[in-house]
Amino acid sequence: MTPVVSAKGIVKRFGHVTAIDHSDFELRPGEILAVIGDNGAGKSSIVKAICGATIPDEGEILIEGKPVKFSSPIEAREMGIEIVYQNLALSPALSIADNMFTGRELRKSGFLGKFLRMLDKPAMEKFAREKLTELGLMTVQSIKQPVETLSGGQRQGVAVARAAAFATKFIIMDEPTAALGVKESRKVLELIKDVRARGIPIILISHNMPHVFEVADRIHIHRLGKRLCTIDPKDYTMSDAVAFMTGAKEPPAQDVA
Amino acid sequence: MTTKASYEQVIDQGDNNVAKFETRNQSLLDRVQHILHNNPTFVPVIVLVISLLAFWIIAGGRFFSAFNLSLIMQQVSIIGILAAAQSLVIITAGIDLSVAAIMILMSVIMGNLAVNLGVPSPLAIVIGFAGGMAAGAMNGLLITKIKLPPFITTLGTWSIFFALNLWLSGAQSIRSQDIDKNAEFLKFFGKAIQIGGARITFGVVLMIVIFVVLWYMLNKTAWGRHVYAIGDDTEAAEMSGIRTERTLVSVYMLAGLVCAIAGWASIGRVGSISPQSFYEGNLQSITAVVIGGISLFGGRGSIMGALFGALIVGVFQSGLRMAGVDVLWQVFAIGWLIIIAVAIDQWIRRVSA
Repeated sequence: MTPVVSAKGIVKRFGHVTAIDHSDFELRPGEILAVIGDNGAGKSSIVKAICGATIPDEGEILIEGKPVKFSSPIEAREMGIEIVYQNLALSPALSIADNMFTGRELRKSGFLGKFLRMLDKPAMEKFAREKLTELGLMTVQSIKQPVETLSGGQRQGVAVARAAAFATKFIIMDEPTAALGVKESRKVLELIKDVRARGIPIILISHNMPHVFEVADRIHIHRLGKRLCTIDPKDYTMSDAVAFMTGAKEPPAQDVA
Repeated sequence: MTTKASYEQVIDQGDNNVAKFETRNQSLLDRVQHILHNNPTFVPVIVLVISLLAFWIIAGGRFFSAFNLSLIMQQVSIIGILAAAQSLVIITAGIDLSVAAIMILMSVIMGNLAVNLGVPSPLAIVIGFAGGMAAGAMNGLLITKIKLPPFITTLGTWSIFFALNLWLSGAQSIRSQDIDKNAEFLKFFGKAIQIGGARITFGVVLMIVIFVVLWYMLNKTAWGRHVYAIGDDTEAAEMSGIRTERTLVSVYMLAGLVCAIAGWASIGRVGSISPQSFYEGNLQSITAVVIGGISLFGGRGSIMGALFGALIVGVFQSGLRMAGVDVLWQVFAIGWLIIIAVAIDQWIRRVSA
């Protein structure tokens, strides 16, 4: 099967610092790929290079076998790549429906939409309600309520639902459980699995080993700016993963990138 | 079922309502705070109604006559239009100190072209509108491309536009008779229709039309939602796919255009074109916006609030004057209104989720 994302020999330098040093990356269809690594290992950098948030100096990125060169996350988004940022990128004072459609609003058909550029709020609200219901989030009172009235877990739910609703290729999630309590994290992990069940692959950046080992199909371990190895969580323990990522232990030869 | 870490096993025994709303017993004050939070224009509307009733009682029927109420509308029309422009900018968490300077500069340009140089009035007006948009674009580009704070940018352009205005006008007013003789169309918005005792000028109608159009744009179009999102959290707006710089430049250009329209309307309202008029217009427009419940921190408030804010100021000035209160106490009262309005805004923003 063609990988969804296949990146080879990615290099990114910031002045004297080499953030990405000839790194490879691969995301396969239908999987949850966790990306772990120590602080400063460059795991965010490699993911940013894939979604156009930073532009790599060298290397090539193939999406479903076709080479791409994104110059902004907006271009990646137009191809069906969604990102759930750590700070969620939601506008607190706007409604849930407004937030779901930020930057891709639906307009009414005919004269109202074409010339007066009127938004089709009922359609957007209906769609938002459907998407939240699909993910079991419809306990929120009203789709028109501002996002700032939601709890942390609910906000995360809205951000994930937005990504799931529009992603056709894959979703990148940056530390989706970092700011959440135990119970809310649980809910978000269920959400992530629901999204995979619909066939959309996910790149999950996380520091939380129990969460990574629970949901990931494969784990990409990043060390010193490049992919050290990719392991199957069923074959290794959390301590092994931490040992590889900190350099305390050499990864097994068959898994080395 | 999914595997859970052992420490999580006990979760199921707890309350499972993760995404459910807490229905706490809220005090009356909490509920008021919530309602105001969701409907930011309630405060100015309530204040407007109360002040109208209060001055009716204090100053009597002379105050609450159709004639006087329509006069208040005329008096606030120019500052009202400037406040509409100011609202656009303040909703993006910016501020525009140059609104009145753009307005006067454009009225001087229109007057010079039409009265002194014999350019046909409609063409002079269109050139003025283009000038207003160019002035707004200058503000917008300095703020987005060179990343200057809006306060500093517009403090600078305020002086620049004011100096240009003095240079172009030679610090001379264009007299009312000269406008009547050469370019009567410039005074279009001074014309009025009489309905009973009320005298509704076209300038008042224009102000209301501008507010309705901008309200529509802010609330019913994607552009408007983006303007609010930028004011709310620029970074989040950028990440969720809004082209924030382009939108911000468009906001300042639209504000500049609205200021130029105010410039045309001011010729009808004042009668002559004076480079020294409306020198306090910048601050008066901010006053109207703030009293109208639009948050200076951006992203919150309805543009209609600015209309009510301008009317509240007008009602206070007219009412206190009719009650025989010295002008200095009118200024005193407006000062307190501003402080109270911002205090209420802060309180509403602290609404508990």
